[in-house]
Amino acid sequence: MGRKGKFQDQAVKGPGRKAKKQKDPVFPEHLKGDGETKTLTRRQKQRARKRQLKLQRSLEHHFKKNIKKNTKNEENEAVGSDVNISDLTKKLVKKTKINGSSNVKPLILKPAKNVETRKPKLFDSDSGSEKEDDESGDEESGDEEVETLNDVDYESDGIEDDDFGNEAMEEDDDESKGSDSDSDDDDDDDGKGAKDDLLPIERSSKKLLKKLKKDKEEDEKELLLNVATQDVFEFPEDLSAEAMNLQDIQQRIKDVVIVLLDFKRLRDPNRSREEYVSLLVNDLCTYYSYNHFLMERLMQLFPLNDLLEFLEASEVQRPLTIRTNSLKTRRRDLAQALINRGMNLDPLGKWTQVGLVVFTSQVPLGATPEYLAGHYMIQGASSMLPVMALAPQPGERVLDMCAAPGGKASHIAAVMKNTGVLFANDMKRDRTKAIAGNFHRLGIVNSVITTYDGRQFPKVLKGFDRVLLDAPCTGTGVISKDPSVKTNKDDMDIQKCCTLQKELILAAIDCLDAHSQSGGYLVYSTCSILPEENEWVVDFALRKRDVKIVPTGLDFGTEGFTNYRQFRFHPAMNLTRRFYPHTHNMDGFFVAKLKKFSNAVKDVKQNTEEIPSSKRKQDSPDKSNKKMKVATSENDGKLNSVSIQKNFQKKKKKGKKKKDNAFPQETNETSATLSSDGKEGNKRKKGKKGKQGKKGEKKQGMVKKENNSNSRTDLTPNLSEHSSEGGAGIKQVKKNKKTVPSKKVKGVAKPKFKVRTAKPFLKGVKKQKKEANVKT
Amino acid sequence: MLYTLSYEKSTTTDRRKMEISFRKINEILWHTLYSIGVNVKLLIDRPDGTYCFREYRGRVFYMSEKILKLAENVGANNLVSVGTCIGKFTKTGKFNLTVTCLALLAPYAQYKIWVKPSAEQQFLYGHHVLKSGLGRITENTPQYQGVVVFSMSDVPLGLGISAKSTAECKHADPLTTICFHVCDIGEYIRNEDALVS
Repeated sequence: MGRKGKFQDQAVKGPGRKAKKQKDPVFPEHLKGDGETKTLTRRQKQRARKRQLKLQRSLEHHFKKNIKKNTKNEENEAVGSDVNISDLTKKLVKKTKINGSSNVKPLILKPAKNVETRKPKLFDSDSGSEKEDDESGDEESGDEEVETLNDVDYESDGIEDDDFGNEAMEEDDDESKGSDSDSDDDDDDDGKGAKDDLLPIERSSKKLLKKLKKDKEEDEKELLLNVATQDVFEFPEDLSAEAMNLQDIQQRIKDVVIVLLDFKRLRDPNRSREEYVSLLVNDLCTYYSYNHFLMERLMQLFPLNDLLEFLEASEVQRPLTIRTNSLKTRRRDLAQALINRGMNLDPLGKWTQVGLVVFTSQVPLGATPEYLAGHYMIQGASSMLPVMALAPQPGERVLDMCAAPGGKASHIAAVMKNTGVLFANDMKRDRTKAIAGNFHRLGIVNSVITTYDGRQFPKVLKGFDRVLLDAPCTGTGVISKDPSVKTNKDDMDIQKCCTLQKELILAAIDCLDAHSQSGGYLVYSTCSILPEENEWVVDFALRKRDVKIVPTGLDFGTEGFTNYRQFRFHPAMNLTRRFYPHTHNMDGFFVAKLKKFSNAVKDVKQNTEEIPSSKRKQDSPDKSNKKMKVATSENDGKLNSVSIQKNFQKKKKKGKKKKDNAFPQETNETSATLSSDGKEGNKRKKGKKGKQGKKGEKKQGMVKKENNSNSRTDLTPNLSEHSSEGGAGIKQVKKNKKTVPSKKVKGVAKPKFKVRTAKPFLKGVKKQKKEANVKT
Repeated sequence: MLYTLSYEKSTTTDRRKMEISFRKINEILWHTLYSIGVNVKLLIDRPDGTYCFREYRGRVFYMSEKILKLAENVGANNLVSVGTCIGKFTKTGKFNLTVTCLALLAPYAQYKIWVKPSAEQQFLYGHHVLKSGLGRITENTPQYQGVVVFSMSDVPLGLGISAKSTAECKHADPLTTICFHVCDIGEYIRNEDALVS
């Protein structure tokens, strides 16, 4: 485990590391402070004694007065006089305590000091009273008044002797407190007793004080009024923002947001909300350099405050995180090893056992010996969530449909502890190289890496226990990683992504086996935050297949939308989870977990009739699939495969409508590629077409159902078949031919292939084999 | 033993071809693995099931039969990798072990060399191991013997061939090459695209 970050300052306990502490410094006599340690002259002492006597007397007098007052009105007394007495007595006690043996000293010295320090403040402002805290709490209020009077005395009398001034002060203290700090009722008393004692100048100063106080209050009131009235944002006359710099724009953004948040009160009555909003959108677009389309989408998605936070968070990189490869090491060991290499690490959070955050690193994170030895994988925090939601079990058959570069897939394999089978698929062959590299580095041995178009996968293999579909998306959640998203996305891109995602999610569900004992789960995730790519797609799947939403098992994240603008999604959509950069400090992400509860595809025929577009889509890949099979069976190398890949890409790029037109083109291409084989190739094609024609109708319904219901049980016959054929050697040869239809092997094992075509798994392989037969 | 064949249904020419190729694979694989000191029998009959080697696109993969059975369903053009890639055949028909086999073979290795932390980097950049970088070496390692190279903390770093026997190592001067570089885990960065396909 890494060092725990302790961010609060902790109080130092104990004597510290040094056993012997230095003593406090001792200063020579002549350097010591002058005033305070001075010994008093005899006269001074006498005067002090006198003063104390006087004070005591006045205290008594005051006490009596208060008792009288008590009888008059109790309430005021409770506040005022008690305080006075207690204050005074406390003061006395305190002073004696501080100065130990002689209680004379304090009376002289302390107030004198006060005079010096506070004199200037007195007439500057009254606010000084709040700031000063050198006296203890209970003394404070009283002392204020004391000093003011004291000063006045001091000046007016012109007496330079500290003692006298202080004396007067101490006396006045009580009375002034009675008048000022107490409520108005006390004034009457003062009028009788204390006011008579006051000198004219004292009275005037008191008046002055009151006046000052009043002025100040008025000022404050005025200030408040100003804030309320003056700070309202004025709508700019001309909206051309050319002359504005970024700071002005930022200010305007803030202002407009304030207005919009309290629109009723702060608005300019001549301007509509739309005008304000459009101004805001414009400003946000210029300030954060988004295009209008995306900004409007985001505004629809977030309330204003969240929007600003989101935009800010999207400008900042997320923390760099790594995932421990639990197949090779433990998190604690890894953290220790990396700390030794000069990295600053911390566990990622309580929700994960394998994540680490890297704060700083002296070495490149992707080139340490630990990385090369496969002890960790660099992976965003959000990428761990779908795998945790998927919760694969050891021994299961799992598919990751869009796996590159293999972060999540390798996480799955690690969770399964290298048992079972993991299919990692990605459409781009180049990207699968990264999967293969990562898998071998991380020591994953239970994997099969394929390059199919995800939409074709159910035709290749079905009956998976769990499927992870991390669908390709617009990437609006990872703007911090790829800022180009800000400007290059429009409605069409979202529409394309959305369509592709819907096709993929249906394919993924078709790959699942509902009868799986431990599974039948699909996790759908995207790194986009737009509901069109998330909730809408899941909702679509709910309507098209027998699946239900189940809790993801992630205890944080915000709930998915059940209604968003004009959309009304399935009420269970709140079981899905959304993650935002500004709230969870990870990439924007969406995770939904579905459970398939029936293999029946909701009456396929009906479905396809209802949605002609989807049927079209499903048909067109079929064709290409067949072409692929031609290529595989012939195995005539790169030319074919290249052309096929091109076809795929074309198909993807074309919108729904164009697909019909694409057919003739494609057939042409295939004939072109096949022409090198001459007639044979053409014949074969025809044959295939025939088959396709016959199968066309059945395909979706019948075959699928058969497969689904039997896929599990059919495995065992296959096994026994193998073993009964005798001799490991034979077995191996056969297989070799199959998986490796290299030139050497080609065409040797036809009959055995045929036997195996009975396997329900592989429609694709079946056809392929039949073709092989035709060939010979 | 690994690739013994039954020829009932193949034509004569095919058979001959097959025979040659598989004998070759068989021999070479055995030879190579034994040269590292790995007993192939241990690799095939494992407590968790039978494992096997398959050649695909000039690469040899090692996988469980269970996985193989499922992988057979994938079209030949769509398969990238199954299980663990052990090595590849060169165009001239030689067999080279690739670094991807390291995780599999390291635990079975008979002869090992440990390199000092200071020499780790050198080796990971594709250089030979010099005497100065040699930390430890298995006793009785003969000359030109396939070895697995480890770091001092027992992390496998790659494969090599001993340039000197253990006895010779003791008297070699610091700049003598002790172990020739065959492959190392640095290739995961340097050579990712060509590793498996």
